[in-house]
Amino acid sequence: MTNEAIQLKLTEKFGDQLTGWEEPYGMLTFTAPKELNLKVLQFLYDDEALKFQFLTDLQAVHYPDNKGAELAVVYHLHNLVDNCRIRFKVFTAIQEPDVYSATALYQSANFMERETYDFFGVNFIGHPNLIRILNVDEMDYFPLRKEFPLEDQTRIDKDDDMFGR
Amino acid sequence: MATNFEKVVSLARKNSIWPLPFATSCCGIEFMATAASHYDLARFGAERMSFSPRQCDLILVMGTISKKMGPVLRQVYLQMAEPRWVMAVGACASSGGIFDTYSVLQGIDQVIPVDVYVPGCPPRPEAILDGFMKIQELVNAEGLRRRHSDQYKSLLAGYGIQ
Repeated sequence: MTNEAIQLKLTEKFGDQLTGWEEPYGMLTFTAPKELNLKVLQFLYDDEALKFQFLTDLQAVHYPDNKGAELAVVYHLHNLVDNCRIRFKVFTAIQEPDVYSATALYQSANFMERETYDFFGVNFIGHPNLIRILNVDEMDYFPLRKEFPLEDQTRIDKDDDMFGR
Repeated sequence: MATNFEKVVSLARKNSIWPLPFATSCCGIEFMATAASHYDLARFGAERMSFSPRQCDLILVMGTISKKMGPVLRQVYLQMAEPRWVMAVGACASSGGIFDTYSVLQGIDQVIPVDVYVPGCPPRPEAILDGFMKIQELVNAEGLRRRHSDQYKSLLAGYGIQ
């Protein structure tokens, strides 16, 4: 299965709603509107030729300069029969980080969406148990968003002069 | 031979410290070397690793303690019976080490009181043995009464214990 064939099938179905086609290192990548994420996933899953039935990875990226679409949720899909991988993204505003949950389609999305919520605060609508999974429950921010520096800003025990802040 | 009961007890305690290894990363590997035949922690009367906190005297915290692990460590410490000692082995347990980040506890002395800090990343077995001997000195000099002192009680109260 070639990238061209996959792109052709997708544009046949969704038209020009899918954008940002590229092939970094040979891996087909595109962007969908966030309302369409489940429809695209379902189509990729059900289609007899495509058969992208394995969710390799799901995570988010924060682009603070991308106003109105700061958070990207990225899906990595794998066709195990033909050993073919693709990746697609949906963008959402950080003020309203609502994205439909893929848990009904992929069981593995359960863990990964909780993790993405934990670190980026993406609100997956329809997730059965969207609470923190890796960080402490008391944490009141989303640490991998870019507005939070890597160092712990709440600490008082290290001298700024000596630790170069 | 003239002596007193307090010195006898101190001597006995000092030479029969049962350690509890609380190892989470590479410092724990160094401790395995320390406990094995070449460096032989057993020479100091500590060959009996107590993997239950109820019967041990010294907890050796070796490795990065994340904030989520903090309450677990504290729970283990609370389960130990008095008299109890704590040794922070390595940079991470002592200060957070290189992990100056949102998820890592910046030194275990934020949740439990520490008697001896061993520097190093990771420390060599000799350094761990040196730290252990420092603990022995403390145990020997402490006597029976220190744990009833106001200073010790206020230290524990500072950590919200008892």
